[in-house]
Amino acid sequence: MTPITPYHYLVLSAALFAIGVLGVMVRRNIIILLMSIELMLNAVNINLAAFSYQLHNAAGQVFAIFVIAVAAAEAAVGLGIILGFYRNKETLNIDDMNIMRW
Amino acid sequence: MKLILFIPLLPAAGAALNGLIGVRWFGRRVSGFVACAVMALACGLSIGAFASLLALPPEARVHDIVLGHWIPAIPLETATGIVMFSASWTARIDPLAAIMLLVVTGVGFLIHVYATAYMKDEPRSGYARFFCYLNLFCFFMLVLVLAGNFLVMFVGWEGVGLCSYLLIGFWHEKHSAANAGKKAFLVNRIGDWGFLLGIFLVFFTFGTLDFREVALTVGTMSPETTGFGVLSAICILLFVGATGKSAQIPLHVWLPDAMEGPTPVSALIHAATMVTAGVYMVARSSALFVHAPLVMEIVAIVGALTALMAATIALVQTDIKRVLAYSTVSQLGYMFVAAGMGAFSAAVFHLVTHAFFKALLFLGTGAVIHAMAGEQDMLRMGGLRKHMPVTFVTMMLGALAMAGIPPLSGFFSKDEILYHAFLGNRILWGITTATTLLTAFYMFRLMSLTFYGKYRGPVYSAIASPAAAAQAAAHGVDHPHDARAHGEAHRPLHEVTHGGADADVPPDGSRRARGPQEGPAAITVALMALAVGVIVAGFMGVPQAIGGTNAIERFLAPSFGLGAFPVGGAGVGLSRGGSIALMLFSILVSAAGILTARHFYTRNPEVPRRLAARWPAAHTLLQNKYYLDELYLATIVRGTMAAARGSFSFDRRVVDAAVNAFGWGTQIAAWFSHMFDKHVVDGIVNLAGGTAGRGSFLVRRLQTGLIQNYALIIVLGLFAFLTVFLFAR
Repeated sequence: MTPITPYHYLVLSAALFAIGVLGVMVRRNIIILLMSIELMLNAVNINLAAFSYQLHNAAGQVFAIFVIAVAAAEAAVGLGIILGFYRNKETLNIDDMNIMRW
Repeated sequence: MKLILFIPLLPAAGAALNGLIGVRWFGRRVSGFVACAVMALACGLSIGAFASLLALPPEARVHDIVLGHWIPAIPLETATGIVMFSASWTARIDPLAAIMLLVVTGVGFLIHVYATAYMKDEPRSGYARFFCYLNLFCFFMLVLVLAGNFLVMFVGWEGVGLCSYLLIGFWHEKHSAANAGKKAFLVNRIGDWGFLLGIFLVFFTFGTLDFREVALTVGTMSPETTGFGVLSAICILLFVGATGKSAQIPLHVWLPDAMEGPTPVSALIHAATMVTAGVYMVARSSALFVHAPLVMEIVAIVGALTALMAATIALVQTDIKRVLAYSTVSQLGYMFVAAGMGAFSAAVFHLVTHAFFKALLFLGTGAVIHAMAGEQDMLRMGGLRKHMPVTFVTMMLGALAMAGIPPLSGFFSKDEILYHAFLGNRILWGITTATTLLTAFYMFRLMSLTFYGKYRGPVYSAIASPAAAAQAAAHGVDHPHDARAHGEAHRPLHEVTHGGADADVPPDGSRRARGPQEGPAAITVALMALAVGVIVAGFMGVPQAIGGTNAIERFLAPSFGLGAFPVGGAGVGLSRGGSIALMLFSILVSAAGILTARHFYTRNPEVPRRLAARWPAAHTLLQNKYYLDELYLATIVRGTMAAARGSFSFDRRVVDAAVNAFGWGTQIAAWFSHMFDKHVVDGIVNLAGGTAGRGSFLVRRLQTGLIQNYALIIVLGLFAFLTVFLFAR
């Protein structure tokens, strides 16, 4: 069994981030979009934690915790917006969310 | 003497009070009381001033009060170089002014008292307005009288003209009254034009407008006996002013029409005071006039012709007020004859006596008109002697005075004028004596038609027959004059608020049932007071020939002495016998006139009709007042209208066309400018905007509003960046 190196963490994080980006770009449900954003944030958290461990520097973990807190807030705000949108449009399809243009 | 300032200021205060407050808030009693009180006070002050003037020696009988400066010094060019022109509000009292003050305030006061009763039928605000105008008139008249220089006199002169206009047109709802006011104002304007030019020439010649300074300067000059120089020009211009105000030929036409005003106005303004302003002004400028003998002759001739012409017209008029109006014109003519003869004190003496007897006659006439419910046609009066004894007796005194029967006032003054005319010019004496005959005749024609004979007015029998009542009612509706005033009297509002004030006058119906009646106390008292004046006023000028002292002439002498020199005739009087013979002759003439009139109109009423039928042309000529009004209408009025129409069409065709052409030009220029703006300037602006708009149309396609598109772009951008960062370095 090979030891787990920073390299593995980076691959995992990149994979998660890519999945998140793809999710944001291809899915049509806004809630899925929000979840994909969470994925991207957590990919970043993994990176932060990994490098913190590697470099013996606690700042990375502290920063990760901050990211989680911000993500929580972002989820709350995002869900609020989705709720308002749903009340107005009775749909969660992102393609109907296009009134903010010229 | 300081108090003389209050003589004009009191009526001014009364006018302000009645005009500013009274019209809204004063009742009749208060309005009338205020107006009469200020006049009474002014009259008292005038008497005081007169008395204190008498207490002085004759040379010292002049007093100046400068109220304030009016026009500060302005350099003006005159005949003798640049002179600083300045004017101040100077009041000057001298014997001439003092006499006039007494007349204006005395007669004015009585007429105010009379008017409180006469104007009773006026609505309340009109009543206050009337007394405001009346007081204002007295103020301006007193300014005119007290003026110490030509300019202040001109202020009063214009002011009385204004008040005359306001009062003639007092019943302005009546078309004829409004027109008469306008006519008076316009005709007077012509005279004022002459007066003003005269004032300019006085200043240009003498460098001052002060009466005394002018008189002193002119005293050093020699009279223009041969040629027509600058002094003659001044006097002619001043005399033009006098003809306007004093209704002499050819500007007399306004005065008969002025009878459209209320009767107290006719008495005060158009008989006793204002119309004498011209005479007063000539007397004031006597120093100038005696230096222009040529003009003096013109003055006398115009006066004599006016006297004769007006007297002949008065022979055939049937409107009682118009007879008196023409008699006023005629009497003013007498005054100008006297002035033209250099007998200024005789002119002023006649002015004073005339003020008394003419005011009396007018007020009596007003009482008659009131009693006849507005009727002014003498042919519909008659027999009023029984109904109105006080009016009859007082008016008889006035008529006798005017006819020149001793010892009434008119006799002395008229005789004084005839005496001077006899000395000066026998032809003028002949004309004036003939006028005396005519005067006596038409006055007693008036008296006969009004007071003697049978009653010819509307039915008034107290029998309660429906026919009589109906006739009375019908007459009450359509009586031609003062109809408005009577209509007002019966407005319900008026009855409610002022029923108490009217309680002593029975309503129209019952007055009609009882026939013509004497007016209330204010009317009869004023008549009686004036009658006393008519009797007494003559005694201040009893000629020396019959043992008198001719006090007025000696009293007035200082006013006419400055710069004067003996006029022809003044030194060489007639012998005593000659004077008395002349006097007896004029009495005889007057008596003849009176008796003829009695014969014609009381005894044989068909004689005048036969005479009229025999000389229809003369009768029509007189009845139409020599067609002078028609002549003026055809020449001056039509001419003015034609000129106005001509200038109107010039205005429209030429001036308006030019204006319109400019308008069109501007419009065309504006159109071009508009086109340039629209297509060039706006084009550039629109081009810029349009370009931006169309450009943005392309770009805004990028803004889809879809989050995922943006996300895609971000990711692509990220890839591009990374690609460059990682591989292209």
